Amino acid sequence: MDHRDYMDEARGLNAPAPQAAPAAATGAEKEDFKHIGKGTNRVDGREIVTGRARFTQDIKLRGMLIGKILRSPHACAEVVSVDLRPAQALPGVLAALKLAEGKVRYAGQQVAAVAAVDERTAEKALALVKVEYRPLPFVVDWQRARDPNAPQVRDGKPNLDKLNDYSRGDVEKGFREADVVLQRTYRTGFEIHHPTETHASVAEWEAGQLTVYDSTQAVHGVRDGLARALGIPAANVTVIKKYMGGGFGCKLGLNEHTVVAARLARETGRPVKIVLSRRDNAVCVGYRPSSLQTYKAGVKKDGTLTALSLVNYASGGLGAGDSCAEPVVDVYKCPNCKVEEHTVYTNTGASRAMRAPGHTQGALGLESLMDELAAALGMDPLELRRKNYSTRSRGDTGLPYSTKGLDRCYEAGAKAIGWERRNAEPGAAAANGPWRRGLGMATSIWFGAGTPGTLADLVLYPDGSVEIVCGTQDIGTGTRTHMAVVAAETLGLEPKDVTVKLGNSDYPWAPISGGSLTTPSVAPAVRDAALKAVERLNGLAAQLLKAEPADVVIGDRKFFLRGAPDKAVPFADVYRALRRETVFHGERAGHPANEYAFNTFGAHFAEVEVNVETGNVRVLKFVAAQDSGRIINKLTAESQVHGGLIQGLSAALFEERVLDNATGNPANANLGDYKIATMADAPEITPLFVDVVDERLNNLGTKGLGEPARVAASAAVANAVFNALGVPVREIPMTPPRVLEALRRKEARS
Amino acid sequence: MDERPNGKRASGVSRRDFIKGMGTGALGTAVLPPLFGQTIATKKGRVAVYDRKPITLTVNGRAMSLVVEPNEMLLDVLRDKLDLTGTKKICGRGECGGCTVLLDGAPVYACLYLAVRADGRSVTTIEGLADGDRLHPVQEAFIEKDGYQCGFCTPGFIMTASAFLEKNPDPSPGDIKQALSGHLCRCANYPKIREAVGAAAAKMRRG
Repeated sequence: MDHRDYMDEARGLNAPAPQAAPAAATGAEKEDFKHIGKGTNRVDGREIVTGRARFTQDIKLRGMLIGKILRSPHACAEVVSVDLRPAQALPGVLAALKLAEGKVRYAGQQVAAVAAVDERTAEKALALVKVEYRPLPFVVDWQRARDPNAPQVRDGKPNLDKLNDYSRGDVEKGFREADVVLQRTYRTGFEIHHPTETHASVAEWEAGQLTVYDSTQAVHGVRDGLARALGIPAANVTVIKKYMGGGFGCKLGLNEHTVVAARLARETGRPVKIVLSRRDNAVCVGYRPSSLQTYKAGVKKDGTLTALSLVNYASGGLGAGDSCAEPVVDVYKCPNCKVEEHTVYTNTGASRAMRAPGHTQGALGLESLMDELAAALGMDPLELRRKNYSTRSRGDTGLPYSTKGLDRCYEAGAKAIGWERRNAEPGAAAANGPWRRGLGMATSIWFGAGTPGTLADLVLYPDGSVEIVCGTQDIGTGTRTHMAVVAAETLGLEPKDVTVKLGNSDYPWAPISGGSLTTPSVAPAVRDAALKAVERLNGLAAQLLKAEPADVVIGDRKFFLRGAPDKAVPFADVYRALRRETVFHGERAGHPANEYAFNTFGAHFAEVEVNVETGNVRVLKFVAAQDSGRIINKLTAESQVHGGLIQGLSAALFEERVLDNATGNPANANLGDYKIATMADAPEITPLFVDVVDERLNNLGTKGLGEPARVAASAAVANAVFNALGVPVREIPMTPPRVLEALRRKEARS
Repeated sequence: MDERPNGKRASGVSRRDFIKGMGTGALGTAVLPPLFGQTIATKKGRVAVYDRKPITLTVNGRAMSLVVEPNEMLLDVLRDKLDLTGTKKICGRGECGGCTVLLDGAPVYACLYLAVRADGRSVTTIEGLADGDRLHPVQEAFIEKDGYQCGFCTPGFIMTASAFLEKNPDPSPGDIKQALSGHLCRCANYPKIREAVGAAAAKMRRG
């Protein structure tokens, strides 16, 4: 899924029209929840810690073949011929497919595929496929691709393309009104998602029905994509994903190899499994695009912003890069704002949405700029942000925010990190040998309102068991558990009493697990189904208790009369009165998106230590204060925040895909050379939730958290490094050479 | 495929032929029949060139005999031949710790460990860590502290942690960091993993 589609999803632009009117008062405002907002252990924890949780890579079906894909070694070439016969002749090979027609446009593009009885035979067969290429000129360095004389990546289209334009007010007037005008350029590199489980699909046909087990963040999206790609009705396709080893955006939508698995399975009449290699993961399933952001800001002496402009060059290979303008357009009160964004096409695989696409880059740029402005004004960076606080979207010119707890995030975060300990002047850190300490913070904004029209069913069985069925995905975020928590809370049960079924495209529709959509889409749908069940059950219980339904209260696995807990009937008795399994359909209702802006907010604070001799940076402490509405499960929410912050740390200090410009092949396509933070790099972390319940949004007042936990983390680290050194690095990852380079800049200046 | 002619054949078997022999599976028998039954010079003297080899392993307390390729890794044998898929393949190069199993009680990266070397030894995988329905204290602590997110790296972390706590029953947070820094968790829930290992240590000390 590319950036634009992803952002449309995240903004709720593709949301189905809900059948239900927004629910009236639902009791969500009451604060005496037993499970919601508390810490509940994962309902599937036992499966995970015993190794019994079955991931797509673990699936083995009777007669299953292994599929392998041959990929182009050339960054651009015409495929003159593909001879599959030598591969087909190898004993144990059951099918071979030609996949490339005409041109291949990046090193790693699929050319041919085989299915064989085992992995070794499939690998040998791939080596026997004879491909004749006619190499063509290519360009993989995005800076060089901007040159009008560079080889054209897309036939008949320039490599440089417009990505985004935005304007409000008059920036030139704003700059004239300013006391201080700063222009600064920031860079972010190419980050790779690298989920622990590489992409995998297992396809099986039975009587014209296709079942695909896929490591995906979107079972419904893959189902629809497969139906289109194979020319079969969506009704004949089922996509299943029970457990998945991470995604972070690179497992959204249909993947090419999944179609290949389905085609090979159709041709051989046997199940086919394709698992991408770690190298494939670095080459052909996306990455976060780079950015080169030049900001210009005008500010008055008292800190009031008068104008902000951004010119960005993004590069996403064969795909469009990310627009990273949302933070500069939205976060701070500023009447004049202008944005011009370009994307540069190159002969590398297309980028994909990666956790908070565009926003992490934009936050790095904008938030670094804010700290440089604060330093120029001699102002506390947090005060500068408060000075320009907005209560409406679009820099205080758009719709009012339905709720915005950012001020509370600032306050809680500053207190927890000990903001007063920062160097009042950047670089004024006391020397501790070669180490200098600094504190920095950054603001995040994201969507996270959820998708109206999301469906969930609650099934009550006469034996007293309860099931929640929803075609959502648990990608490690704890979706199963929060569904159980919401159902149990509403029905007066314990989370472990609820069986959760998800990860199947035959189940009721739910959106992608991306865009921080899942909790604010699924939890309200589950709540709705459970409330309907309670209404029905209260009626039945009232008959058994010979009372009015309004007097019946639910809780502790029984129904009882208000004020008379001893007059009770157990749950199971009431269920039995239903006489058969009974389904209650729940739906996430709409919210007034035309009247209010619904966003999530957060403030990340970091304390770092920088070695001025080696350029090494250590993050000592992180505090994240998040406004994601009501938190459903505090335990898994904390885990989300830990992950978001440490991924931000990792991007800020270590992660960068390196390409060989001479061939277009990656130089660090493994987990040794592509550096990812380990436990040794992980600091002490304090997650804080300000719990601003948004009752206009949904029946639980809850918003998304996955991306808000990631947006500002790299920027907070960058600002802490600036605070420690007195000179900004202005580029991530802040590798030791780049830190030392920044220090040299500082020396040259003084 | 490399089309260059083979190097000189001093011992009758070139290095290239040997490597090719090692790299071929079932096909090897057809392609290189003259190689088998011969010996080849190595630093440790001449060793027999063989095709597949029968080995015995005690896996999670149960003895088993199987035939493996000479270049087959323990990880692939566990996952593909014994259907013990709890042990995961993440990097396949000893960079992430995801495939960690215990070999005679000591953690090893199964992705880099030749199955033939495990002949006659005892292997514990994540499936064999619990005592029936009673979870190992490390497993319990991972659930209680939410020491995971997607769970794919979790078996590796748990195996290393369980062996580490046998050796160091009262570790400091720094010890835990050090011991587990060879593992990658891309969801990056390291603080809770560390907390879980600390809690497991306390549980184990209490007995």
